[in-house]
Amino acid sequence: MDKEGIRGIVDEIAALASGSDRMNLMEVCGTHTVSLFRTGAKSLLPETVRLVSGPGCPVCVTSQAYIDLAGELALRPDTTVCTYGDMVRVPGRRGSLEALRAEGAKVAVVYSARDALAYARRNPERHAVFLAVGFETTTPATAATVLEAENEGLKNFYILGGHKRIIPAMHTLLSAGEVPIDGFLCPGHVSVVIGAGAYEPIASHYRKPCVVAGFELEGMLRAILLLVRQAVRYEARVENTYGAAVTVEGNRAARELTERVFEPSDAVWRAMGRIPESGLDLRPAYRRYDAMDRFGLSFGSEVTPHGCLCGEVIQGKALPTECALFRKKCTPREPVGPCMVSMEGTCAAWYKYGPARAEGGGNR
Amino acid sequence: MCLAVPGRILAVREGAESAIGRIATIDFQGSRVEASLAMTPDAAEGDWVLVHAGFALTVLDEEEALETYASLRIALGDDPAPEEPANDTREP
Ligand code: SF4
Ligand code: SF4
Repeated sequence: MDKEGIRGIVDEIAALASGSDRMNLMEVCGTHTVSLFRTGAKSLLPETVRLVSGPGCPVCVTSQAYIDLAGELALRPDTTVCTYGDMVRVPGRRGSLEALRAEGAKVAVVYSARDALAYARRNPERHAVFLAVGFETTTPATAATVLEAENEGLKNFYILGGHKRIIPAMHTLLSAGEVPIDGFLCPGHVSVVIGAGAYEPIASHYRKPCVVAGFELEGMLRAILLLVRQAVRYEARVENTYGAAVTVEGNRAARELTERVFEPSDAVWRAMGRIPESGLDLRPAYRRYDAMDRFGLSFGSEVTPHGCLCGEVIQGKALPTECALFRKKCTPREPVGPCMVSMEGTCAAWYKYGPARAEGGGNR
Repeated sequence: MCLAVPGRILAVREGAESAIGRIATIDFQGSRVEASLAMTPDAAEGDWVLVHAGFALTVLDEEEALETYASLRIALGDDPAPEEPANDTREP
């Protein structure tokens, strides 16, 4: 879209928002956080429209106790932990997986769950444990992989379950009521799987506007316009500006894969604690792939690095710049908390793009 | 991690890994990766798909795919082809 078009949307947002108090719109997903900065969308918004980041990063919401278990497994002489790259730098109590390598931990970075399976296939004398993290976008891949392990009769493949479901987390955020949220910019890629319809309960029960968006400037701004428009009219509906990839019902095949292998369970989120039905456990028929059971593991206590505000950041309660460690002790090179690890983590995005313009209201 | 990138299906290898569905070779404007079509059972050679962590999530039409690709390039800065960290586990 041309400059005029963008200008038009921005002006309309400003006009609608001018008469109202400051609005807080939460972008749930980390890719949006980065895109909003990179495309300049944040700086185009008026003072009265503020975007806050939410718990939309599987890396950031993974509990420290989970990282510690992964480390424990990787240090076993006969076990290799296979993981997406984001996870190796998340600090655990004894350091990150990357750091534990120096102590002999065996960690393989994989691009796909299928690669973890391939590792198990090629190394029958070792146990391969896949760190199964991610939201609904990622879960079906793990499910398909477990089914394939079953098909092949692989005996040395396991998962350390850490998958999360975003809707229960949104419920928890809203019912706690501590963060003022006037609407949700709903994640693009999670929504490809769960469908725009999945946000209906959020819109109707809590009366919060929900708009699904892709990642380009115009789409994100249009979504923000729809959110602001709903908010000033006291409406609360689900709308979708990413129709190219997101339907109302989502991807049925993907959801069926997940449902075949997993069942909802309570899960612990970093700093948010135990959230009912927000995680996924292997169904009894597939329990033998559960690394927790197989290796007799249990979660240890949760220790937050001193001074780290990640828990507040992922709930929209604090901005990265409010953390005393930000830019000082905590940098993308040497992250203290998980939000600084992935390029899409809120603190990492602020580190790279934020603070220079962070003071102006609309830019926050 | 939740990022998905559009690419075009160059070739489909039928049923090589059954539960994982058909495996496709996907072109991301030059770089090639393999992805499962388990979640896009109707996808065929020549189709554009949105790929996440080795699985195609949905079929896109060409115009949408190219738009999405361009926007990700802007949104994320660097080359948005799925970064494949140096790893020792990929099949040759
Ligand atoms: S912050 Fe990490 S996990 Fe979250 S959306 Fe981003 S990359 Fe994914
Ligand atoms: S700056 Fe670092 S320590 Fe502070 S909240 Fe962010 S990631 Fe956590």
